[in-house]
Amino acid sequence: MHREPRSREFYVLAIFFALFVVFLYGPLSAIIILSFQGPNGGLTFPLNGVSLHWFANLMQTQAVGDFGGSFRRSLALGLSVMVVTVLVSLLAGLAFRRRFLGATPLFYLSVASLVVPSIIVSLGIGVLFQQLGIQPAWYSSAFGAQLTWTLPFGVLIMFAVFNRFSPAYEEAARDLGASSWQTFLHVVLPMIAPSLIGVGLFGFSLSYDEFARTLMTAGTYNTLPLEIYAMTTNVTTPVLYALGTVTTLFSFLVIAVTVGAIFYLNRRRTRA
Amino acid sequence: MATMTSTETDKPQRARSEGFRFPPTFAAYLQALPLFLILGAFLLLPLLLIAVVSFWDYDFAAMYPDFVTFNYTETLGSWVTWQTYLNTLKFAVIVWLITLFVGFWVAYFLAFHVRTSSMQMVLFLICTVPFLTSNIIRMISWIPVLGRNGLVNSALVEAGLVSAPVEWLLYSDFAVVLAMVHLYTLFMVTPIFNTLMRIDRALVEAARDAGASSFQVLINVILPLAKPGMAIGTIFVVTLVMADFSTVQVMSGGQSASVALMMKNQMSLLQYPAAAANAVVLLVLVLMMVAGILRIVDIRKEL
Repeated sequence: MHREPRSREFYVLAIFFALFVVFLYGPLSAIIILSFQGPNGGLTFPLNGVSLHWFANLMQTQAVGDFGGSFRRSLALGLSVMVVTVLVSLLAGLAFRRRFLGATPLFYLSVASLVVPSIIVSLGIGVLFQQLGIQPAWYSSAFGAQLTWTLPFGVLIMFAVFNRFSPAYEEAARDLGASSWQTFLHVVLPMIAPSLIGVGLFGFSLSYDEFARTLMTAGTYNTLPLEIYAMTTNVTTPVLYALGTVTTLFSFLVIAVTVGAIFYLNRRRTRA
Repeated sequence: MATMTSTETDKPQRARSEGFRFPPTFAAYLQALPLFLILGAFLLLPLLLIAVVSFWDYDFAAMYPDFVTFNYTETLGSWVTWQTYLNTLKFAVIVWLITLFVGFWVAYFLAFHVRTSSMQMVLFLICTVPFLTSNIIRMISWIPVLGRNGLVNSALVEAGLVSAPVEWLLYSDFAVVLAMVHLYTLFMVTPIFNTLMRIDRALVEAARDAGASSFQVLINVILPLAKPGMAIGTIFVVTLVMADFSTVQVMSGGQSASVALMMKNQMSLLQYPAAAANAVVLLVLVLMMVAGILRIVDIRKEL
């Protein structure tokens, strides 16, 4: 399309883009570097030697809060939120392909779920559980609070996917004698699988890092982001950065594996 | 990511004769039910309850069902509340302007200046990855950069530009805005990029052939067509900033206030009805802003 040589606009914008990427990743790389601070090093540069001291420190329970426990809770919560988000978004996406009474209000309810301030969701669920006489906990109230954040993303993604999905494939399958379940399983599902994996990634990551909605609804036991938030006020050693490095690398790993899976599926599909 | 135009898919499903079949709309209701139940229980019901509780009476220990309006009159009659609302709106406007500017140019670069689609995907992923990592970590990562002995200050002092470290870099309104821009620009980049990718390139060619300069193409063709993406990005950024309490708390070091932070403090003092009254006011304000933006754009058409 553009065969002419690069314009001056291109170079200006390329520099702008590069600066934006530095802005995005610069601070993050600063804490990753500083987490390898020597035992006597502080919260800022320069590095006072290089060591794994703060990572070892992280594993001792008394140094920080309950790192292992909060990590396990966040992982379990993230996986359950992911599963529910994928299933419910897929079903809702299928539902929205047909016209039904209440489709528009339900769609706007999903959008509302995205725009209602997190602290209000938090407060509402807190008061609801209090009035029902149920103790809030990370697996009940915080689970529901996180779904109000992950589901709209899932539903909107599925909505977009089915907007572009040609019904011709299903008609062809049906003409060949496939039942509607067979059509779904062998035609629709393989085609939308990469998007479903994407929804799963959103569900897991948004839950694993969720903070504002979880803060007031998690009850007695902290999830990992809450543990980190508590640390920002009372931990003044690079162990905070070590924790940040570990969770960020874990997030990167999850993203890399998912993106890899999506590419693999797409390539297999185009080759077939 | 989305390059195809949307096609109308909700053709009525053909009824099949063999076997037992539910009517098609019944299946749709069944499929939509889980979403409705979850949002009903964890969004609709809590919001209704907040509206009810905002009229209740309370003391230090508990709240009592009642119909009183002092939760509203107290919060709206206080000068501090108005200042807090103004402060929150100030953050929203500043962050919105910056993210719109940065977001548009980044998306424009990706959509119109990167030539291969694989390079586009790679660069877009680079922009998206931080969005899927912890906000708290991304906030505290500014501490070693902006702090009194941080990277920026050491560089400034060493270069001889300032004699003593600049104090307002961290724990200030500046730091709050910077961190918010850092956290929320992606919410602007993604929808604008999505809209720009759907612009028919023939329109740009036609404008060029008709003698438009690239500046004129940008102003008269691309910018008007990018409006829906900007509107969706604006909804994200404005609602996120209006709801923010953690960035304001951490990055201002407790020196600045926002409505959500005020609510959080009321909640930790167990003043739930007061927080609920604030929640209702904030919710009405946010929904009015969103409704205003939705007049410009139909979200369903943009997905």
